[in-house]
Amino acid sequence: MNKYNTFEKILIYSGILVFMTFILLPFVEMFYASLRPLDHLFRSPYQFYSDDLSFWAYREMWNTVPMLGRYIFNSFFLATSVAVITLIFVIPAAYSYARFKFPAKNTSLYVLLAINMFSGAVLLIPLYKVLRTFGLLNSYQAMIVPGVAFLIPTSIWLLKSYFEKIPIDLEEAAFVDGASRVQILRHIIAPLSTPGLVVVGIYAFIGAYAQQFLFAITFNQKKEYMPIPSGLYEFIGYQSVKWNEMMAASLVGIAPVFISFYFFTKIYC
Amino acid sequence: MKQKLKSYNTQTYLAYALIAPAALYIVLIVAWPLLETIRLSFTNSSLAGEDYVGFENYQKMLSSKKFNGIVTRTFVWMFFSVSLKLIIGLIGAVLLNANLKGRSIFRVLVMPPWVVPIAIGMLGWLWLYNGYFGIIAGVGMRTGILDGPFGFLAYKQSAFISTIIADVWVGTPMVTVFFLAAMQGVPRDLYEAAYCDGASRWDRFFKITLPQITPVIITMSLLSAIWTFNSFEIIWILTEGGPRGATTTLIIDTYKQALGNYKFGRGAARAVVVMILLTLFAGFYLALLARINKKISHE
Repeated sequence: MNKYNTFEKILIYSGILVFMTFILLPFVEMFYASLRPLDHLFRSPYQFYSDDLSFWAYREMWNTVPMLGRYIFNSFFLATSVAVITLIFVIPAAYSYARFKFPAKNTSLYVLLAINMFSGAVLLIPLYKVLRTFGLLNSYQAMIVPGVAFLIPTSIWLLKSYFEKIPIDLEEAAFVDGASRVQILRHIIAPLSTPGLVVVGIYAFIGAYAQQFLFAITFNQKKEYMPIPSGLYEFIGYQSVKWNEMMAASLVGIAPVFISFYFFTKIYC
Repeated sequence: MKQKLKSYNTQTYLAYALIAPAALYIVLIVAWPLLETIRLSFTNSSLAGEDYVGFENYQKMLSSKKFNGIVTRTFVWMFFSVSLKLIIGLIGAVLLNANLKGRSIFRVLVMPPWVVPIAIGMLGWLWLYNGYFGIIAGVGMRTGILDGPFGFLAYKQSAFISTIIADVWVGTPMVTVFFLAAMQGVPRDLYEAAYCDGASRWDRFFKITLPQITPVIITMSLLSAIWTFNSFEIIWILTEGGPRGATTTLIIDTYKQALGNYKFGRGAARAVVVMILLTLFAGFYLALLARINKKISHE
């Protein structure tokens, strides 16, 4: 029943082609633009063909925006910190949800889901005031502290489902044999939940990378803490935009996301 | 031994203690700011200080024609964006569900718009939409559809449509992936039985696949409605709400008032409207989720 005739195959593949063009065109164009010399890009109407493609923009971009390396480091550092801190808060909570029965358990789980729906934009005003009061504006913390809060809910749900897959009999057997909770955590839970922890960690990392822009433009004005999504705007000059270098820097800047996404699919899919 | 085991699984105080840090964090960074937003909406708070002004912010906001326009625009924008995401996502899922060579690669290749930071994906779209040098204007000019350079983000209507398309681009992968997962969860024997009874591929889709994945479709429409409503970066980067307010949605307006002009009070009043609407969406979503879960546990 799952055999397709040639006509159907052509139909499906051309459908996939159109769909994939929509999804991937921006990336393909970004990459193509990054390889072309600027004066080829500035031809109207659009030229489909350039004969002197090169990786020149990937070298030149570091000179055009001298802080570029720092911005990429900042993004990486911010996302890593957010992911690690999120895990620290989420591991005990997710374990508790997976293992214990207690009053208000389900209600609080749904409240967590609801929180997910209030995006940063709604909370920016009081957060801005709080961060200003504590003198945290224009610092790494200004972007880390709110970042963690928005990743906790989903991460708890994700990790909870991993913990639930570990058979409770293992823990109970160890407990009856006299193991302490700490020992159980160390010798049973930790090793068995490593894949889950990695997945949630990557999820938090990618999520943290994605939300940097909003927090960065709102809470931070210092160049030295700026993450790459806002740093890229320095390629926009007074006269013209260095599109090829901006695209090159974008692609290099999101490399950590692609790499972690690759591992994510390796583990998850 | 049973006694001992029972004590292992029912230590309520330990359960709470483990949750406490995460809960406290959320109360401090999410719950409290929500309440503070409500309080601020009754003040004329700015960088200079604040005074209680009662309902003044709300009165001004609700009586202004501009604000009503923004609310309407937000819903129109949302309607088109969500519908397109669902339709394209469904078509994409059907295509990628076909048992053909290369589908596992395509399934990974759909995800980048979802995974890549929106702010960076939007730089790609800025380039695509460029009126002089972008590929879309280029194709338009070469095929004669456009008679000259055309800045897609420079005119009211085209900017409105362009931001919707970019939003659809960001949201479609997730919808596709969830629909795909749902389609794979449909029991195979249903299809086999239908096949034996002579049902066409078309029939099998409309009479089996679609009804079976309806819960997921409903869930995804609510979820995308919520996310689309919250969508900030896409519009902010592409148009900053312009030209002349044509793409200013509620979220953009809130941000502009509060952190563009530092009129925290006015911004907070708008944020409260956003919160009320979101609470309604969230209520629907959670009620639905609870119903679906109940159904599953009954079966």
